[in-house]
Amino acid sequence: MGQHVGTALARIVADELEADWQSVRLNYVDTHPKWGLMVTGGSWSVWQSFEPLSQAGAAGRIALIEEGARLLGVAPAACTARNSRVQAGKRSISYAEIVQRGDLTRSLTADELKRIPLKKPTERRLIGKETLAIDVPSKTDGSARYGIDARVEGMVHARPLLPPTRYGAKVVSIDDSAAKSVKGYLKSIALDDPSGTVPGWVMVYADSFTAANSAAEKMQVTWAAGDTANVSEQDLLDHGAKLIDDPAVGSLVWPDEGVDEAFAKAKSTLERTYSTASVLHFQLEPLNALAFEKDGIWEIHTGNQWQSLILPVLAKALGVGQDKIIMRSYLLGGGFGRRLNGDYAVPAALAAKAIGKPVKMLCTRADDVRFDSIRSPSIQRLRLAFGEGGSVIAMEHHAAAGWPTQIMVPDFMPKGANGVPYDPFAIAGADHWYSVGAHRVRALSNDLANRTFRPGWLRSVGPGWTNWALECFMDEAAHSVDADPLAFRLALLDGKGRNAGSAPNAVGGATRQAKVLKRAAEKTNWGGTLPADSGLGIATTFGQERGMPTWLACVARVKVDRASGVVKLEKLTIVVDAGTIVHPDGALAQMEGAALWGVSMTLHEGTQIEKGEVKDTNLDTYTPLRMGDVPEMEIEFLPSTEAAVGLGEPATTVVGPAIGNAIFAAVGARLRHLPIRPADVLQLLKKTS
Amino acid sequence: MTRFELNGRDVSVEVADDTPLLWVIRDDLGLTGTKFGCGIGLCGACTLHIDGRAIRSCITPLGAVANARVTTIEGLDPKGQHPLQKAWIATQAPQCGYCQSGQIMQAATLLKDFPDPSDQDIDAVMNGSLCRCMAYVRIRQAIKLAAAELRSGTVHEGTAHE
Repeated sequence: MGQHVGTALARIVADELEADWQSVRLNYVDTHPKWGLMVTGGSWSVWQSFEPLSQAGAAGRIALIEEGARLLGVAPAACTARNSRVQAGKRSISYAEIVQRGDLTRSLTADELKRIPLKKPTERRLIGKETLAIDVPSKTDGSARYGIDARVEGMVHARPLLPPTRYGAKVVSIDDSAAKSVKGYLKSIALDDPSGTVPGWVMVYADSFTAANSAAEKMQVTWAAGDTANVSEQDLLDHGAKLIDDPAVGSLVWPDEGVDEAFAKAKSTLERTYSTASVLHFQLEPLNALAFEKDGIWEIHTGNQWQSLILPVLAKALGVGQDKIIMRSYLLGGGFGRRLNGDYAVPAALAAKAIGKPVKMLCTRADDVRFDSIRSPSIQRLRLAFGEGGSVIAMEHHAAAGWPTQIMVPDFMPKGANGVPYDPFAIAGADHWYSVGAHRVRALSNDLANRTFRPGWLRSVGPGWTNWALECFMDEAAHSVDADPLAFRLALLDGKGRNAGSAPNAVGGATRQAKVLKRAAEKTNWGGTLPADSGLGIATTFGQERGMPTWLACVARVKVDRASGVVKLEKLTIVVDAGTIVHPDGALAQMEGAALWGVSMTLHEGTQIEKGEVKDTNLDTYTPLRMGDVPEMEIEFLPSTEAAVGLGEPATTVVGPAIGNAIFAAVGARLRHLPIRPADVLQLLKKTS
Repeated sequence: MTRFELNGRDVSVEVADDTPLLWVIRDDLGLTGTKFGCGIGLCGACTLHIDGRAIRSCITPLGAVANARVTTIEGLDPKGQHPLQKAWIATQAPQCGYCQSGQIMQAATLLKDFPDPSDQDIDAVMNGSLCRCMAYVRIRQAIKLAAAELRSGTVHEGTAHE
């Protein structure tokens, strides 16, 4: 991915292998089937790889010790390994020499691998210790190679022309008479795509990117648009709300019995609706791919996060077997989930096939954004039933949005209790660790969104917006029964019943969430006094998924300007328990970046669907967070030797609601839509005054 | 034909004068450290130096650099050891790294203008350089670290092209 997780993974192997860290290098593999499933996402890398990579390192150490012992003429039991050498008393032999001279044919079965005892945390030499990331120097001198830097002899350049709708558009006519005046222009072709990935695309070829770009600007293409050509953002939210209104649709993710009975006998109830707007990935390297056929094999050179997902699609598009396609790995100029969906490799491959030459396809920024797999707008309705004395006795959470997993990898969808499959990445977060009595969680696929654009996985996926609703709602619930938002949450994080947690990933359960929450409150003098129009807001989440909880709490301090509605985010305090930390500085960097993504999506980003397309296509109107917007940040990791869990995304999930709650604490304005714009704050202030 | 100096060597290219400098450098002259991000001069990924000043090469036509000195990330220091580059490694500033050539080239002129930059100076100059990974905390640290090294009088010999 290019965000140093390779360094963390290498540390895991090298620790058990007893390798000399100074001689460790990273190589990136291609898509040969022997490498297995290739996906980098979900904040899964360290969590998923910790055990297998530890076992692989340990197995390597055992094999090297056995062979080293043989070469030294001693018993393996007399040997130890350290710093890439096998030692027996005063004699030793290097790993390199063992590999050169020895006969390393030892193999272990999967069961044998599992039985190898791994190091205790106190025996580790690399895991948890500081180091510099292996891939950083090449990113300071221009030598790092990204997909956009890939080239091959004899390639031509291409820029696509995108139809007015993501699906269903057909090319009616192509007129390139004006484009012919551009020096270097070659031709234009309407792509024929058997995979249905890029319907209605036209490719403009030239001998340079600038010529392809200039020619594309002069092309006259007319399309018959698909049926989503007039869809608006409001249409999508309205459609989601309509789905939620219908109790017969959607997937019942948590089907507890007794919810309706509890609401019927409740002393009081609270119901609120929250929404979030479309968000762009805007990874800085625009989408691109180089494709060519050589000796019957198709090569695709591009930065990608999930090669195994797009290979079968490429095979269908090109009409060849998957064994005839190989994808080469490059650094990617930002993933953030955009490059999980490798759809951009398809038009490059089709373009190369159509012209019979290697093709380097590059999207302009606007092309990239129009083709983005955006974070779908979402709408959620939450309800809480209170019993005696403000006790919580039942809850409901209904969430409607476009579902990336349904569109791109439906086999990944588990089934709800009512037999309807659901996208786990569009509901995770709602299945929280608060003890609320009977809890109903229902996930709804916004089919209009799914048809209007291709919904994407975007950094922190569902929890990036389910927690906006959940954690703002918890604040509203606390205030509705005159409880302190911290105390209200802590009372529900009792670690009882299904919230007790389980080994290996969630040992301690909700009690660990309570612990980070208490620590964040303690660090920020929760309950103290602040200047006028300033406020603290608190929120807590468990990161990406219940099965891999990264326990987080965040306190945001804001100051609101009543005249303009502008929210100044002064400070974020975040406490995290992510179990074992492999690469501490890398972990901190991910927390910093992920937290600022949360800030950016809350206060600076957000776009709208307008006439079936995203409204903002470049930085003149799309305004991610910049240097001057960065708040003071204090991030604390709680020490732990529990299972290592994810860190690339979780901090994104907790920041938005902390800011929303802080605004309420500062000026009494309750925001229920992301992004938060000054005009919305101002309107609420006028209402309350 | 347009002639200019690129990282200390004379180059000449047979490309239309209105071609954006970025693409001449990347595609015709083969230096790919300078990156394409937005194409409208608002992200900073394509930042390089013309006669020592940071400019956005995606919106600068080739004709504008005739006979000028152009420096890219590859030419900032012959060994990649400019105080900023060292500071970028010391603070582990890059994440995906795509914007960092532009960030470093922008920061290099920042330090010429503000040898001891305040946070406000850094905000004012660096706000034009988008880091989508949001590695801003470390970019700020790195700039201050490099500024301190430069002020400490350590002779830096790597600015031959500037």
